[in-house]
Amino acid sequence: MKGLVALVSGFLFAMGLGIIGMTQPHIVRGFLDVFGAWDWRLIGVMGGAIAVHSITYRFILKRPSPILDAKFQLPTKKDIDTRLILGAIIFGLGWGWAGICPGPGIVAMASGDIAFLYFVGSMLIGMKVFQLLDTKRSL
Amino acid sequence: MDQVLGGVIIGISATMMLLFTGRVTGISGIVGGILNPTTADKNWRVLFLLGLILGGVFLKIIRPELFTVISSAAPYDYVVAGFLVGVGTLLGNGCTSGHGVCGISRFSPRSIVATVTFITAGVISVVIFRLLRGEL
Repeated sequence: MKGLVALVSGFLFAMGLGIIGMTQPHIVRGFLDVFGAWDWRLIGVMGGAIAVHSITYRFILKRPSPILDAKFQLPTKKDIDTRLILGAIIFGLGWGWAGICPGPGIVAMASGDIAFLYFVGSMLIGMKVFQLLDTKRSL
Repeated sequence: MDQVLGGVIIGISATMMLLFTGRVTGISGIVGGILNPTTADKNWRVLFLLGLILGGVFLKIIRPELFTVISSAAPYDYVVAGFLVGVGTLLGNGCTSGHGVCGISRFSPRSIVATVTFITAGVISVVIFRLLRGEL
């Protein structure tokens, strides 16, 4: 059952990303192009998603547990550390460069445009390389 | 209006995940968990990923114009960008969905700081990209 919810949620998430325009790199880069022809409309996206989820999340967490699992598994880290900031900087540089972030990259592979395959393939390699190096924990 | 509707659909998706499975809908975390051999609960992650891919296929059939790519970026640009996104999202524990949507919805200070930081870095990245191509 949990898997079915995840499958449907993933499908819905893809619909949302596509309708918004996140699967079109020039729209995303237009949003980030504050010093050029700034296209501010993507703010509406985050606004819509946050408006819904910030309300529903409060009601959901009043429950003792989620419907299909024993407990909620929310992020527990609280500290704003070097890893968080450095990670966000590295991610943001890549995001702006291509105009693609992880979700839209995966969804847009269906377009058949090779750009998304380059992006997602390289993203998976980046994740794997990070995981292999991070076991040594230097930061 | 389309864009607000899309945002609402994403909010509903994240709500379903939290209500039924108790998990945060962070795509980089979900994918990273699949790649990590020590992750115990891979099933829901793989099915969420499958949902994303099937959603993409469905959109490609009904709204192919949603995948228009207008960019002067070359293949190596996508390779470099993808690598940075992979490393950065795991180092910083999240991307646009996990920090930007779910984290901000929970008013998590970490996610607010991360989101402001990656949007700022994204703005700088676009400026550098355009400067290098003489577009600015």
